[in-house]
Parts: sequence; structure tokens; C-alpha cells
Amino acid sequence: MNLRARMSSALAHGLLGAAALLTLAPFAYLVCGAFKTRDAFFSAHFLPRGAGALGVDWGGLTLDHLARLFSDPSLRFGASLLNSVFYASVSGVLATLCAAMGGYALARFAFRGRAAVTALVLGALIVPAPLLLAPGYALVHRLGLLDTFAGLILPGLAPAFGVYLFRQAMLNAVPPDLLEAARMDGCGEVRLFFEIVLPLCRPMLGAFLLITFIGAWNNFIGPQIILQSPERFPLAVALAQVKGIYGTDYGLLMAGTLVSILPVMALFIGLQREFIAGLTSGAVKG
Amino acid sequence: MSSARLHPVWAPWIFLAPFVVLFGVFMVFPLVSSVGLALQQTYGPDTAVRVGLKNFADLFRDPLFWTAARNTFAYTAGSLFVQLPVALGLALLLNQPGLRGRAWFRLAFFSPSLVGLVFVAALFALILHEREGLLNAALARVWPGFPAEFPWLQRHIMPALILASLWMYAGFNMIYFLAALQGVDKSLVEAARVDGAGPCSVFRHVTWPAIAPVAGFVTLLSVIGSMQLFELPYILLGGAGPESRGLTIVMYLYQNGFETGDLGYAAAIGWVLALFLMGIAVLQRALQREARS
Repeated sequence: MNLRARMSSALAHGLLGAAALLTLAPFAYLVCGAFKTRDAFFSAHFLPRGAGALGVDWGGLTLDHLARLFSDPSLRFGASLLNSVFYASVSGVLATLCAAMGGYALARFAFRGRAAVTALVLGALIVPAPLLLAPGYALVHRLGLLDTFAGLILPGLAPAFGVYLFRQAMLNAVPPDLLEAARMDGCGEVRLFFEIVLPLCRPMLGAFLLITFIGAWNNFIGPQIILQSPERFPLAVALAQVKGIYGTDYGLLMAGTLVSILPVMALFIGLQREFIAGLTSGAVKG
Repeated sequence: MSSARLHPVWAPWIFLAPFVVLFGVFMVFPLVSSVGLALQQTYGPDTAVRVGLKNFADLFRDPLFWTAARNTFAYTAGSLFVQLPVALGLALLLNQPGLRGRAWFRLAFFSPSLVGLVFVAALFALILHEREGLLNAALARVWPGFPAEFPWLQRHIMPALILASLWMYAGFNMIYFLAALQGVDKSLVEAARVDGAGPCSVFRHVTWPAIAPVAGFVTLLSVIGSMQLFELPYILLGGAGPESRGLTIVMYLYQNGFETGDLGYAAAIGWVLALFLMGIAVLQRALQREARS
């Protein structure tokens, strides 16, 4: 490597390192904030400084905020965490299944009405979500589903974006000859889908499951509109209330935020390769 | 070879049925009914009066709507001009051959976009705190003349939101640029280098033309996303903030529909926003087609 290439490589590493530090600083701030005592909270921005090992005042750290999240019944934090897990898992699994089945039908069957359904799916991609807030709320109200999980979950189970993604994935990953061969061997349509088609598009399944799970986990406006009983609130709505009521109890707020984002982070780090492949696959051809 | 159809006629419809039914009920129906809703004034979901186009006439004379529109445009323009160059810059750096730790950098830059907006708002409420916040402390250290206790949340909410969105979405958009850069023909880049082109000239004449379609797509996605800003200022400020400085179009829609209870006015705001965004999408496609021919 010549000198110029070496310099430019060092510059690239330096710039990226600085940008990564800036990106990760808010996370470090969050983690430190979640464990600092009330007294030590504003003594330093990250860890409280003091006479302990490494120049840190370890006595300024505490698990009280985390403990209070789960022990203070007025916060209902544990229930909200379970609600989020339930809401995001059910939404993720059902929306993914629904989208995979729809995408399969559009990609690998020739039937009357296929062009019309495909056009509807593509048309729906350009409808911005806020347009559906008022009429969607009126509909859920008319169906008698306000303040129920069904009213929250059902409207999210028909993702046009997902059907489109799966249609593209199936066109690439599921060879028609293979389907015909399996049918000749007497494989039924349902078994064919679950045992041959789905395993062939595993990367897209993983990516879309994660996309819908994270979307539901982070969704605020949906549950905020549809749900009324605090015992059904997911974390996003519950935390907004904690911020409103306990807005100056920063340790508690940071602990609640940390617990709220950890599951998503862990899931993402486990599945990141598939996630990023799925995210860009629909776009890059365009 | 054309063989007789081996699958039963109903097979595709079995697979399509869940999607088609749910899509019809929860997408097509509300979309169609939103047209009628926008022509009504409602008091909660049960009482409605037909008012024709009055909602739209009122909307265009409603100073709060224009405040919301101005704020939303300022945020959108700011995030585009700050975020996309940063995203492209990060992608170019990450695409350097021989870079070490590429996967780690990518993970670090991407991770903020996984955090829900409510959680970002809770975190940034503290980061942007005028006296104790991390941002003012950091700025004071690198920029000696920076005013102490700079009131981000009280007076400068849009720049604060642009900063927060830079943190959240630069890495997300970077992923698209990176995927586009990996598709650039390496032999063309090599050939240009051999001909003596410098890095800037290679970027302008080889790399940029190849990634321009993706740049157009990312710009469109960013505009559509930014124009729907709601949760971040709503949670950070607990509403529209002092003098409605944090009011956005979707927040105004939410306040009218779900705090005041006028779903009709909310639907009208939704349609104005939707038509604007659809117009942008059509414009972007037309520009792209023109650039290609």
C-alpha cells in the first residue's frame, strides 16, 4: 500500500470512528442515566465521577429505578412490557404469514383477477398512513373493537408493502418447475406452501417478521387512538405517560426507556443480516 | 411446454383470502369512507353533520394549519439537507476497499433507527435539556462562544428535531446508499482512475450517475417520512409547545380528530397531506424518467 492510500484509509477509519462515537453516545448516556441515583444524576453526564476505581463514584449507581419500574403498581410497567410482547409478536407473525401467502398467490399462480389485486397492492403503497387515522378509528368504533387488542392488531395485518416484498422474493426464490414437480408427486397445495415455498424464502420471512415486530413494538399512534384502558397499554403509550407524569424523575424515565428498547435491539442484533438484506431488496432494483 | 393446470382453481384464492379480506376491510373501506368523512363535521364518532367542502375552505384559512405546514416543511427541508449528505458520506466511507470493522460500523450507524420515536423523545428530552442536557454541554466544550442554557425545546424545536432525526435516520438511509454503491461497476471506476481521474471526478462522472436513481428513491422516502412527523415533538413537548412552535401537520390532524373529536376535519387534513405527498411521488417519477431518457 502506498503512502497516499494509507493516509486515506486512516482518514476513513478516523471519520467513521468519530461518527460511530457520536452515534453511540446517546445510548451510553441512556444506560448511565438508567443506573444513576437521584443525587448523582446531574453530577456528570455519563458515569458519576468520584474516588472509586477508574475515577468513578460507584456508590452513585443504583438498581432502584429498574426495581421501581416493576414494583410500583401505578406505573404498570411489567404489564405494559407483556402487552408489547404480545401485541408485537402476534402482529408480526400474522402479518408476515398473511403477506407471504398473498405474495405467493400473486407470484406463482395465473388466475383471473391477479392483475387487479396486484394493481391494488401497488396503489396502496402510496397511501400515507395518517390519511387512514380518522376513518380507521371510525371503522374500529363501528365494529365495536375500540379498546380491544383485536381492534389494535387486525388493521395492521394486511400490509400491501409486505405482499409486494414477498411477491418479489417468490419470483426470485421459488422456481415454478419445483412446484409443478411436487404437485405431480401428489403434494397438496397447503403442504406445498408450508413445506416447500416458505423454507425457500426464509431470509425474507426473517426480515419481514422483524420489520413488522419492530413496527408494532414502536407504534404509538395506533394504541394511543384505539386503546383506553391503561392495563392494555403497550410500552410506547405507557412510557409517554411516565414521561408526562414523572417527567422530572429522569432516572426512572431513562430506566423505562432502556427496558423498552432492549428487546428490539437484541432481536435485531441476532437477525441483522437478514433484516438489512430484506430492507434493501425491494428498493435497489428501482 | 404448456401443460394443463395442475393446481385447483381455488388454490390462489385460499392464499390470497386473508390478505384480500383484511385489506378490503381495513384499507380500501376506510380509504373510500375518508372521502365522505372529509365532507362532514363530527363530534366524536357518532354525531356527524354534512358540511360539504367547508372543511377544506376552513383549512386553507386556518392560521394554525399554516403554522403546522410551515413547521413541517422546515423540518422536512432541514432533515433532507442535513441527513442525506451525511448518509451518503457514511456510505462512501464504508464502501472504501480494505476498510476494517465494516459490519460493526454499519451496525452502530443503523441502530438508532430501531428505537421507537416515543423512546427517542424520552431520551432526547434529557439530551436537549437546556441546563443539564448532554447536547449543550458538548457544544459548550467544542464551541467556546456557544450560548449557555440554549433553549432547544422552548425556542428552537425544529433544529432540535432535525438533529434528532439526523441521529435516527442517517444510518438508515446509509444502508440504501451502501447497497447502491455496491452495485456500481468496479471496472468503470478502475478505468476512470487509470485515465487519471481524481476521486471527485470519479464520483461525479461514474459513481453518482450509477446511484442517482437510488438517491431519488431515498429522497422521496425521506420527504414522505418527514412530512408525517408527529410523535417526536408531541412527546418531547407534551403537545404543540410554546406558540405552537412544534406543531406539525399530523399533530394537528391528531389534535382535531382525537382531542377535539372532529374526525371530519382530521380526514380533510389527511387528504391535503396525502394529495401533496402523491404529487411529490408523481413529480419524482417524472423527473427520474426524464433523467433516464
